Parts: sequence; structure tokens; C-alpha cells
Amino acid sequence: MNAEVTHEFSGAPLGTPVYELTHVSKTYARNLVVALEDINLTLRKGSFTSVIGSSGCGKSTLLKIMAGLIPPTKGRVILQGKPVTGTRRDIGMMFQQATLFPWKTAVENIVLPIEIRDGKAAAKQAMAKAHQLLDIVGLNGFENVYPNELSGGMAQRASICRMLITEPAVLLLDEPFSALDELSRDMMNMELQRICREQEATAFLVTHSIQEAVILSNEIVVLKPRPGRIAEIVEVDLPRPRTLDMMTTPKFGAIVDYIRSLLDKGEEM
Amino acid sequence: MSQVQDYSPSAKDAGTAEDTVWEQKVHFIDSVPRWIAMTFVFVVFVGTWQIVTSLGLVSPIILPTPMETLRDMIFVGQNLLTGGYMLGALWITFKEVVYGFALAIAIGFSLGVLVGETAFGEKAVMPYLVAIDTMPKVAFAPLFVAWLGFGIESKVALAAFIATFPIVVGTAAGLHAADENARMLFKTMGASRMQTLIKMKLPTGLPQIFTGLKIGAVGVMAGAITGEFLGGGKGFGELIRVAASQLNTPRVFSLILYLSLVGLAVFASVVWTQRKLVFWHKEQVGRDDF
Ligand SMILES: Nc1ncnc2c1ncn2[C@@H]1O[C@H](COP(=O)(O)OP(=O)(O)OP(=O)(O)O)[C@@H](O)[C@H]1O
Ligand SMILES: [Mg+2]
Repeated sequence: MNAEVTHEFSGAPLGTPVYELTHVSKTYARNLVVALEDINLTLRKGSFTSVIGSSGCGKSTLLKIMAGLIPPTKGRVILQGKPVTGTRRDIGMMFQQATLFPWKTAVENIVLPIEIRDGKAAAKQAMAKAHQLLDIVGLNGFENVYPNELSGGMAQRASICRMLITEPAVLLLDEPFSALDELSRDMMNMELQRICREQEATAFLVTHSIQEAVILSNEIVVLKPRPGRIAEIVEVDLPRPRTLDMMTTPKFGAIVDYIRSLLDKGEEM
Repeated sequence: MSQVQDYSPSAKDAGTAEDTVWEQKVHFIDSVPRWIAMTFVFVVFVGTWQIVTSLGLVSPIILPTPMETLRDMIFVGQNLLTGGYMLGALWITFKEVVYGFALAIAIGFSLGVLVGETAFGEKAVMPYLVAIDTMPKVAFAPLFVAWLGFGIESKVALAAFIATFPIVVGTAAGLHAADENARMLFKTMGASRMQTLIKMKLPTGLPQIFTGLKIGAVGVMAGAITGEFLGGGKGFGELIRVAASQLNTPRVFSLILYLSLVGLAVFASVVWTQRKLVFWHKEQVGRDDF
């Protein structure tokens, strides 16, 4: 079966390849689950790519392999010309859980990557920037609050700031907004888009929301489960930057419907 | 006490929301200040004690009356305050406890990190620690006396020996407490092993480490006194032993009570440190904050 049919909604010109995955497979040794099979994927500089697929089809696994957290069983991952053999500092990652440390205030949590990379003094200097980021995600006034006092959505927003503080070239996002209500989710998505454009970051987003994937992405990787394979890579040629009112256009609706049909097909198999 | 949900029928019939009163149920015990509740238990305890002794149910040699005990406590208290020989004894026991605890913390924490952080420690050292931990540690007292003599050293050693293991176990468990996400996060941030240990694993494990310290704080007292019982010594344990051999039960009682103050002080200092360091832990949240 051909796993790489690319359904063209007409392509858009993009930058040089940042990530190149060739024949990436992953079998978990512990339970012999084939989580991923023969994934081939290229992310170009400044692009925004989403991965969508049913629960357990290997999305988080793919993200962890790209981040260098776990090795693939087969295949190669190349980032900015160099093979990924472990975690790297040009990658910013956000997990499904916010994972803030309860003994640090919001702002101390956010400067933690700086503290680890450059020490305490540098972290102090980064405080101002952390405040700016908190402002952007709508958490001004919560700088010195401990995570226990933040709601799930607020904690996720703080952890986005933590990812952004090092200005990574690549953002790997595992359902970053799953704890947010729809309204703030849309707002955060627009903010995310703005930040990515500003920093020319390449983003790779795992999501369960088709709308979210379509409104943000240049390309949507649709995975089908057991084992996780690429069903299709769908290009989204809505003009950039995206705005929320594009969600009401017929084209948006058409792409959403098309992806839904792909996912339904995946479920039948 | 009027309490619980008052879904008055009139409110239901009229279908208006304003009349529905949902009173929060307040348990009686929650409305009583702690010191009153504690005094209550104390009074019941001493009252029962008084009744048992004044009815002559037990011989006064076995159980003195509360009054006798109080009188002796005042005597011992005076001796302590005026710097009598008992203060010297208490000082010795206090030193044994503090040195023993400090030693137990140093050794227990180091071993805990070895066992909890390194694969070697977990594989090769842990089994031995478990094996030693299952032994009755008090049985080592004569050995310590033989090795270290009748002085304070052998008591410190036994106290530390008893208190070390819970600290090892607490530290090792604490280092395993960090979840997968926190570990991955530190990896993606490019943290070194040392940074991961100090900035993430140790703080995450503080609640478990303090549980170990609290168990250790209790054990260290038992170790010091047992050491004095079995290996001579000039501390409070010795005073208790002598008083007991003279059938001076009121004295034994009051000595134990004063001794428990030392134990309490050690324990309280651990709890105080925990409150300062682990302010963020759920356990520290009050009953009503859920
Ligand atoms: N550490 C692991 N050890 C063994 N099997 C694993 C491990 N992690 C994931 N798996 C298996 O690999 C498959 C893919 O898991 P993964 O977490 O990548 O799914 P996912 O697409 O992110 O799901 P979700 O949408 O629910 O987050 C699942 O069948 C899971 O059971
Ligand atoms: Mg996942």
C-alpha cells in the first residue's frame, strides 16, 4: 500500500528542510507494540505541521523520537543537517502534561531552561523576558504564584512560556492546549502562530482537533493506527497568516471534512 | 446543631432558586479548637489513672498515683533547672541523640543517593541494606560496646545505626518519585545528571526523604536509651535503669516524661524544617482547602 499519497490543495513555497525523517519505525521492546512503521517526513523551515490520528496511533512516540528522547528502532532522523542522537538544545518541547515544578513560582519555572543552560545569574536576567511571555499568554499578575494555585489551562500556558524562553528553532508540541476551553484555545493558537512567525520557528503539533490542525498548519500528517503509519499528508493552502474568521470559509470546511473522512477510513482498518 | 441540606419544600414547590439553602455541614470536631480537644483527652487519661490508683486496683509500686508522679516531676524539674546531676545526664543523652541523628542523616542520605540514583547501588548495595535492615539492630549493642567502649561513642553508634535505614529508604524512594514527564523535560533542556539530581529529583523526593527522617528521629532516641541500658553510660537511660532497680516508679515515670521532651524536640525540628522546605506539598494543605 502506498503510504505517501499527497493530496494537494495546491502547494505553497517553503524554506529549506529542517527535519528529515526517513523510514522511521519504532517497536517498543517491552511489549513488542509496533508504534510506528516507516514514517517519511520532511519539515521545512518556518513551516507549521500538525499530526492527527486516533488515540494510541503513535503520535507521542513520533514526537519523542524527533526530540531525541527515545531512539527509533529503524530509520534516521536528521535535524538541521545533523542526525538526532539524543536531546538537543535547538528543540523546544511541550508535553501533554504541563509538568511545572511545585516548589518554583510560575516565573521561576519559566526561566528554568535558562537556569540549566547558563546558570542562576542568566536566569535572573531572563526574568524580564519571562514576564513578557506571561503577558502574551494572559497570565500577567500570576508571576509569583505557585503552580498549585494555577488551573490546568493556566499551567499549560505557563509551560508554553517555559518552552519559548530559549527561542528554540523547532517547537515540538504534544497537545499543548488540551486543558483549555475552546475560546482561549483559539486565542492561544493565534498567539502561537504569531510567535512562530516572529521567531521563524518550525512547529510540529500533535492534536486531536481537526479544526485546530487546519487553522494552524501548512501540512497535516494523518496517521492511521496499529501500526502507526502515514495515511496521507494533506496540504492546507489557506493564506498565511491565518485568522480565526477563516474557519467559516467553505475551503476550511472542505479540508476539515476531507481529513475527517481520512480519519474515519483509518478507524475502519 | 442545625445542619446539612435544607431543601425546603416551599422552595421546591415555587421552583425558585433563591430559597434553596445549601448549608455546609460542619462536623462538631471541626468547630473545636485543637487545644481543647487535646485537653479533653488529657483529662480523661489522668482521671482514669487517678481512679485506678485510688481504688487500689494496682499496687503503687507498679503504678504510682498522678499526684506522686507530679511531685517527682517537680523534683526532677528543679534538679534540671538548678543544674543538678540530672541536667548533666540529660545533656549526655541529648548529645548522643543529636550526634547519632547527624551521623544517621549523613550516612543515610549518602547511601540513599547511591542506591536511588545509581544502577550499581540499586543492584549491588541495596540487597545488603535490606538484609541488614531486617536484623534486630538492638542486638548489635554489645558489639558496639566492645568496639567503642562504655563511653558516649557506643550509644551514638547504636542510635545512628537504628536511624540510618529509614533515611536510606526514604531518600531512595524520593529519588524514584519524579515522573516520566519531569525526567523527559529535564532531558530536553539538556540538563546534566547532577543538575537533574539536584534541581529535580531531590526536591521532588523531599516528602519521602522527610518521612524517612521522621522515622529516623524516633529511632535515634530508642537507640541512645537502649545503648545506655545495655552498655553503661551516664545519661538519662542510666538514671531510669537505676530508678527502676530501686522500684522508684514515680521517678521512672517522670524521667521518661522529661526524656520524651528531648525526643519531641528532635522530631519537631524535623517537622519544622519540612514545613519550610516542602511548603508546596499537598500534605501540607489544610483540611478545608480541598
Ligand atoms: N513506553 C512505552 N512502552 C511500551 N509501549 C508504549 C510506550 N509508550 C507508548 N507505547 C505504545 O505505543 C503506542 C503508541 O503510543 P503513543 O503514546 O505514541 O500514542 P499517542 O498517539 O500519543 O496517543 P494519545 O493520543 O492517546 O496520546 C500505544 O499502543 C502504546 O501502548
Ligand atoms: Mg500522546
